Amino acid sequence: MASLLSKERIIAQSNFNRWLIPPCALATHLCIGQAYAFSVFNLPLTQQLGIKESLPADWKLTELGWIFTIAIFFLGASAAVFGKWVQAEGPRKAGFVAAVCWGLGFLIGALGIALHNLWVVYFGYGVLGGCGLGIGYITPVSTLITWFPDRRGMATGMAIMGFGGGALVASPLSVLLMKQFASPTSTGVAQTWLVLGVVYLIVMCAGAFGYRLPAPGWKPQGWVPPPVRAGALMTKFDVAPGRAITTRQFWCLWVVLCFNVTAGIGVLLQASPMIQEVFKGTITAGAAAGFVGLLSLFNMGGRFFWASLSDKIGRKATYACFFVLGPAMYALVPFAGGQLGSVPLFVACFCVILTMYGGGFSTIPAYLADVFGTKYVSAVHGRLLTAWSVAGILGPVLVNYLREFQINHGIPKYQAYNITMYIMAGLLVVGFFANLAVRPVGEKDIEREPQPDGRPVTV
Amino acid sequence: MANPQSNVRSRGGDTMPPKSAAPASTPPSGGQLVTLVLAWLGVGLPLLWGVLQTLEKTLALFK
Repeated sequence: MASLLSKERIIAQSNFNRWLIPPCALATHLCIGQAYAFSVFNLPLTQQLGIKESLPADWKLTELGWIFTIAIFFLGASAAVFGKWVQAEGPRKAGFVAAVCWGLGFLIGALGIALHNLWVVYFGYGVLGGCGLGIGYITPVSTLITWFPDRRGMATGMAIMGFGGGALVASPLSVLLMKQFASPTSTGVAQTWLVLGVVYLIVMCAGAFGYRLPAPGWKPQGWVPPPVRAGALMTKFDVAPGRAITTRQFWCLWVVLCFNVTAGIGVLLQASPMIQEVFKGTITAGAAAGFVGLLSLFNMGGRFFWASLSDKIGRKATYACFFVLGPAMYALVPFAGGQLGSVPLFVACFCVILTMYGGGFSTIPAYLADVFGTKYVSAVHGRLLTAWSVAGILGPVLVNYLREFQINHGIPKYQAYNITMYIMAGLLVVGFFANLAVRPVGEKDIEREPQPDGRPVTV
Repeated sequence: MANPQSNVRSRGGDTMPPKSAAPASTPPSGGQLVTLVLAWLGVGLPLLWGVLQTLEKTLALFK
């Protein structure tokens, strides 16, 4: 089994079609993207004992909220801790481990639901599933960048688009399965998790076994690596992960990702109540659900669009677009919602914001590869994802607490989001300067590795 | 396996093919094209289904 999963076993033949790699990456990301659709289980999980309604002994929403929080925490932590291992062991072994963690997480979670033991669910979906999320998220990154040196952004954008798309598949699929398994004595959640666990395990394993690595020295036919210009951000050399996290560039990019995600995630989580409160009487709960769906589509589309665009205009310029366009959109929201009362403008602003939220995730691996080289990109990316974990707490806290603070101070509900929007715009302005401060890595940070003939590299 | 990028190191930033360089890509076989189509359908169809389901839900916003 060990040799079956080894890196040496998956070196591709010269006629291998590199376009077979993105579907493998998508198989992984479409499965782990389910995490974004976790909320479909919230209500049924609060009625595990009462079935039709919640009983006092049933789980509370606040208790259930921890399942997702633990999973996201372990996503960031496992990506940071196992990033180097993923890079060293290759995509097949890492993809397989991610599949086992994610699939088994669901199966153990299903057992916890059946036993009505929340700690088992915390461990299954939260801890084990969270590790599957983290390892699965970074697994295809390095492989795709190696196969697509000419289109790094597009290739990783395609995979990370799958993470956004995973929720679009998981949400209706879960509802369908729960309906199928629901009975007078069961909400059908445990059975649904059982099925999802098995399906995800199979699909992710299929993806993991499809990965191939190019032979040393391989490059796309007709592609000539662009010459490295003095002062250009793109490097041909590599910075070891331990060294990378000590550089200013890493922390600038950490701030860039963290603030871009903070701004988007807060909005995404509050989208439904926000539009209903701002346009009270105009927007129904059904229409608000449609708004959330629309945002998910733009989140997914933005992942591919912006990452692909970054291949043309450069990563720094792409993030500059986010940090110029973003504050403008956030500043426009209170005007569109309050003075103009325009639903289309309000919706359009958030659609653009969500494309940049998704684009921030999908463009960062290529940005890291440009700045720190491709050799350790998964390991560096894993460490950078701690910014996501922080943003996952910061974003919702900012939106929720600022809203509550304003309502407690007599601000009408429909205006309670205005200050939050200006603060989000401010965060993006900070992100703009952090992005501006990203410069090529210094010579002292570059890893010196002997050439195949033993000569040391001369920079 | 060493990362191919690490083998393209050189003096002065020029590319220098490593000794172990693999031959450039050769055209894929017909069987591989079938696998390619199946692989993309395998991930594309569920994604398309999810997108259509979401679009249907989104229509409520425009009614």
